[in-house]
Amino acid sequence: MKYIDEYRKKDLILGISDEIRKISKKEISLMEVCGGHTMAIHRFGLNSLLPPNIHLLSGPGCPVCVSGQHFIDTSIAYSKLPGLIITTYGDLIRVPGSASSLEKEKAKGQDIRIVYSVLESLEIAGKNPEKKVVFLGIGFETTAPLTAAAIVEAKKREILNFSVLSAHKVMPPVMKALVMEGVKINGFIAPGHVTAITGTGIYRDLPEKFGLGVVVSGFEPLDMMQSVLMLVNQIEAGKPKIEIQYLRVVQKKGNPIARTLMNKVFELKDDNWRGLGLIPLSGLKIRPGFSAFDAEKLFPLEVPAAPEPKGCICGMILRGLKTPPDCRLFEKKCTPADPVGACMVSGEGTCSTYYKYRS
Amino acid sequence: MSRNEEKILLSHGNGGRIMHELITNLFFMHFGNRFLKQQSDSVILPSDSDEIAFTTDSFVIDPLFFPGGDIGKLAVCGTVNDLSVSGAEPLFISVSFIIEEGFPMKDLVTIVKSLADEAKKAGVLIVTGDTKVVNKGKCDKLFINTSGIGRINKAKRLAGKIRSIRPGDLILINGPIGEHGMAVMNARESFNFKTPVKSDCACLNHLIREVLDHTTSVKFMRDPTRGGVATVLNELTGTKKFGISIDEPDLPVGKGVRAMCELLGFDPLYVANEGKVVIVAAEKECGRILEIMKKNELGKQSAVIGKVVSDHPGKVVLKTETGGKRIIDSLTGDPLPRIC
Repeated sequence: MKYIDEYRKKDLILGISDEIRKISKKEISLMEVCGGHTMAIHRFGLNSLLPPNIHLLSGPGCPVCVSGQHFIDTSIAYSKLPGLIITTYGDLIRVPGSASSLEKEKAKGQDIRIVYSVLESLEIAGKNPEKKVVFLGIGFETTAPLTAAAIVEAKKREILNFSVLSAHKVMPPVMKALVMEGVKINGFIAPGHVTAITGTGIYRDLPEKFGLGVVVSGFEPLDMMQSVLMLVNQIEAGKPKIEIQYLRVVQKKGNPIARTLMNKVFELKDDNWRGLGLIPLSGLKIRPGFSAFDAEKLFPLEVPAAPEPKGCICGMILRGLKTPPDCRLFEKKCTPADPVGACMVSGEGTCSTYYKYRS
Repeated sequence: MSRNEEKILLSHGNGGRIMHELITNLFFMHFGNRFLKQQSDSVILPSDSDEIAFTTDSFVIDPLFFPGGDIGKLAVCGTVNDLSVSGAEPLFISVSFIIEEGFPMKDLVTIVKSLADEAKKAGVLIVTGDTKVVNKGKCDKLFINTSGIGRINKAKRLAGKIRSIRPGDLILINGPIGEHGMAVMNARESFNFKTPVKSDCACLNHLIREVLDHTTSVKFMRDPTRGGVATVLNELTGTKKFGISIDEPDLPVGKGVRAMCELLGFDPLYVANEGKVVIVAAEKECGRILEIMKKNELGKQSAVIGKVVSDHPGKVVLKTETGGKRIIDSLTGDPLPRIC
């Protein structure tokens, strides 16, 4: 299949693997920020193709994982309001809140529907004029423009029974926060699809102020291996910079149209990240001009924050400080069938990936 | 959560681990008897001459019509295949309808015709049935249950042969995987993928009969429906006496299914099939089995997909196309599409 087969060629991948082994001398840690990268690394067994002095750390790039418990508790509280339909991406449905999950609430009779695109929520709203449809907006710069587009469309078409509960987040502040916090890394494998929207400008500080290399990577095994090679080259030469490996999708300037749309609808707010705490200006809230589509404004609800589940180390894992096998719940009390922490639920969560592709 | 407060989730019906636990911990616990304990697709019952195989299956598919078939065709194929993979020759089936008030008669006519056509093709007779109509909203349009009876020639029985599976045996399948699941998903959801993917829904009794009539070393057969090929292979390694190794490049996966799976983040190994049979047989006869299967219209793309190994007992391990290895677990929870 085009755009797939070319990037999975065994001989090319092994060729890059040999080159990395030849060049790489230093003991280094590279963080892949995006959950899609974590999955590719494990699905294709890329760790086994790297020399032992190169460590890959998984960062906080799975939107389901970083949204965490309070957002789920809030979503569940909304699902219990009379006359409401909750629409959500499938990943979120099994994430445990403090006492339940959306999947369990659905079985109890709450009207919770999985959608593949936020625009489906508009159709559902159109077909159910007597109900209010609340879309659970999660994801980074990749999904936020789509949510923005849906809100703009709803305003244009006067679909007033549609609103969004936004847990959208942006990537740059968390990457910087991790570095400031002292997570020991030498470079970032930067998220390809986020950068396709934001452009590479968001990473400017990383090489300039922190001496870290950044390579924006695609998601196929050959992409990932080439990105590692590019980072190794930078690090061995002592010249950190921003490079794009994923040239077939990412442009330096990103996608200004998507950004304009996102900025039109959303503004930055301080936001809570699971396991990382409050990060200034890292979340997206709906601007007052669109408050008719802001579920928080339409249906104000106070949901108390519950303590994180005991023993779960999702926070440390999201910061790249621990790996899933370090957790005493992993594979025992916490499995994809019965997850404790959010990192076990999403297909792109680090724990779920480790579980699924363990060997 | 205590058992009293637990609710049935969609995951309890998806063919994976959670469903398996429900069957073992509830149904078997209360219904258990020596016949039920066979735990195969059809129960084998004693009889004076030949043995009798008996099976039942319910069909609740949404949408009722999908590329490659409809609920009527599926209701015949599902039961015929459950009998066939048990080594039985399907003879008689029952058909029961649960219909929602207001269901269009013309759709019912189409479905009944499709049922009749498929039964004729498979050579089974529909000999009994039942019809119930429930109030609007009390069921989703139309549910069908079929039960089937088949005859097993004692000289050719398969039951028990599963215990003779040894390292070195090969695993075969009669064609590309994941087509039913992806075709139905594309028809059900609003993806609007323009894809030629069609359900593989088909009765396999003739193909299986041809294999069993001309060979002697088939040790196990199963139709990989919900939970896909991955779940069938995990059931096999459940005894922990051997492992299974499969090679990703050998897996027959059609272009359309592969593209949909890549886009949605699914693994075709976990996607449902309705016209496929996984066969385990001694290596020496696999060439002959492949030859026979390939002659049948439903087996043109038959392939060996893996083998039984003494390494990693209890585990199914996939050798990836890029040279890595990973464990293929049984399905847990409904597969969820990824968000980005």
